[in-house]
Amino acid sequence: MILLLLLIPFVAGITAFFIRHDFARRVILVSAALLHFCITVSFYFKRPGPLWDGWLMLDAPGLLFLSITSLLFLMASLYAVNYLRRDKQHRGDADTDDFFFKTKPEALFTACLLFFLTTMSIVTVTQHLGILWVAMEATTLASAPLIYYHRSHHSLEATWKYLLICSVGIALALLGNLLLVMACPMDVTGPIPLLINEFVANGTSLQPQWLRMAFIFFIVGYGTKMGLAPMHTWLPDAHSEAPSFVSALLSGALLNCAFLGILRIHQICIAAGEAAFSQELLRVFGMISIFFAAVFIIGQKDYKRMLAYSSVEHMGILALGVGIGGEAVFASMFHAVNHSLTKGMLFLVAGNILMAYGSRITDSVSGVLKRLTFSGILWIAGFFAITGTPPSGLFVSEFLILKTAFAEGRYVTSALYLILLAVIFAGMALVFLNMAQGDSKKHNHPENIFLRERLLSIIPPAILCLITFILGLYVPDFLNKMLTDVAKCFGG
Amino acid sequence: MDNFRDLLIVLLMLINLMLLASSRIRYCIKIVAFQGLIVGLVPIFAAENGIGIGIILTALCVIAVKCVLLPILLQRSQIIADVRREVDPFVGYTASIFIGIAALVISFWISTRLPQMEKQVSHIAAPAAIFTVLSGLFIIMSRKIALTQVLGYLVFENGIYLFGGAMLLENGFIIELGILLDVFVLVFVMGIAVFHISQEFNHIDTDRLSQLGDWNAELPEEIKK
Repeated sequence: MILLLLLIPFVAGITAFFIRHDFARRVILVSAALLHFCITVSFYFKRPGPLWDGWLMLDAPGLLFLSITSLLFLMASLYAVNYLRRDKQHRGDADTDDFFFKTKPEALFTACLLFFLTTMSIVTVTQHLGILWVAMEATTLASAPLIYYHRSHHSLEATWKYLLICSVGIALALLGNLLLVMACPMDVTGPIPLLINEFVANGTSLQPQWLRMAFIFFIVGYGTKMGLAPMHTWLPDAHSEAPSFVSALLSGALLNCAFLGILRIHQICIAAGEAAFSQELLRVFGMISIFFAAVFIIGQKDYKRMLAYSSVEHMGILALGVGIGGEAVFASMFHAVNHSLTKGMLFLVAGNILMAYGSRITDSVSGVLKRLTFSGILWIAGFFAITGTPPSGLFVSEFLILKTAFAEGRYVTSALYLILLAVIFAGMALVFLNMAQGDSKKHNHPENIFLRERLLSIIPPAILCLITFILGLYVPDFLNKMLTDVAKCFGG
Repeated sequence: MDNFRDLLIVLLMLINLMLLASSRIRYCIKIVAFQGLIVGLVPIFAAENGIGIGIILTALCVIAVKCVLLPILLQRSQIIADVRREVDPFVGYTASIFIGIAALVISFWISTRLPQMEKQVSHIAAPAAIFTVLSGLFIIMSRKIALTQVLGYLVFENGIYLFGGAMLLENGFIIELGILLDVFVLVFVMGIAVFHISQEFNHIDTDRLSQLGDWNAELPEEIKK
């Protein structure tokens, strides 16, 4: 079943590349996403067995992150159908040099989108650190053409930064891999299997100095990809330049996958009795990320950039939660779910707004509620959800992290955390509310064809929004059990 | 055998210094190709308990990719983008050499500070690897031309590979292949990006790729249209 899970998007990607007919290609995209999602759901009923000497094995953390990726990809692909169609229609009259929707080969784009799903799935199902690294680097490669979709100077610049910064970052994680092998006891003969459960089982015999060095390289390496400050510099550019549903995937799925990479090593550190060290680093990077996000969200002029910085913030919260340990690990995992859903939805709505107004500048957007009623409502709902206002799921997880931090006697951390969250709330409120309210006729926008809201551009974000608010009020048993399992792996 | 191996490693360090000092891109590509060859050879000479088929295969693949395929790819990008030399890097060439020598000293110092290693090919292998990694990073940071940055990345990656080879760490054939494939595709994609940059901007000067950011007001212009 795991192989099927990986093969479906891969084969669909190759097929999509060769199909000339637009409609057929979009059907393939959506059906591959749907199949992928169905298989993922089936894993909840029957967990697949290990493959290839345990190189591919789906454990609880893998399944959690796979589910997030799969659900988000399904929603994004539905949204993409509409986006690509509008894009195509608009292509005829796009004569300006680098306006948003310039011509582009859609086939390559769809193929890369599906390869992106494949590589992210590999990251979640593998237990082998070498494969994990290869797949992580492959996600960068598959997603770079996605960011360059609009073919403008800006998207090219963003793509270049993304490629260079992420590749160097991930190469550092490769060095981390080597250092981890150095930490192995030397009496092992033959090639050492880089399997996580092998390391966890032999945790106590690892040499602590090498292990610590390895962890530093991992957190810097995968942290670059995850968007932890101060290695986050590629993130706002890439997220703001990519098409909105790609931003949703980058933010909701890709960052989580990178986080999974860090968590795997954290798992090894816990087994080796070095949890205190890795937790401290996670806390420090988490706090720095939240701080950077707060600084840049205040007075942010570009709403997609603001959402990107909000991702930096939430990645910081995830790291902080795992760093605090105890119940906060559970909260952090729950937070990952909620953040992905909410941020995915916000980016999709931002895409609607961008299409209607043709501008990412917050000042030139107003009266969204009047002009795009449904998007406006979702935009406001998304604002309350992402800032952790009850009853959104993010409130529950953020509160649980705070509670645990207090219980563990980390008063300074808790205070800083609260202050920064309040600052971010204020900064985001200003942007979101100004955009939603006001007079929609104030700015002279081109009365373009995008004005009518399409069903397919509303339903995916609406579903995501609904799930977030339901999770805030009620967590189903299967999810609760799984989150507990995952938290157990990471010291919760 | 041992002497020859050490000779290779010393050569590798000299290559790094040569790279830091040269401005002609074509020449740099050739040097990096040569470095790829050496890096591919080291594990063969390092193997103590017999040379397995896996080691030979890996070495052949590494040499094929790093010494033949990638340089050809880069040279094509260089011809298309029509850049001959890096005229005005952030850090001048003389200063680069001095920084390189300082990095070399630091690498030796770091390697003495590393925890005890029981298995190691040669006592200069670890500092050479660290020095290569550092030079690669330095080239990425201090050069402006996109192509030179790709070269920097390759040097950086060579350093990491050497580190693995020098410590006799075997990832296994499949993983090595996966890593190589990634590096190859990365350079391929970067080559395409370089091509697009040269088409769009008529230069491949990444220093001037600075329109995105939080503080400058240039960003809106294009979008407001």
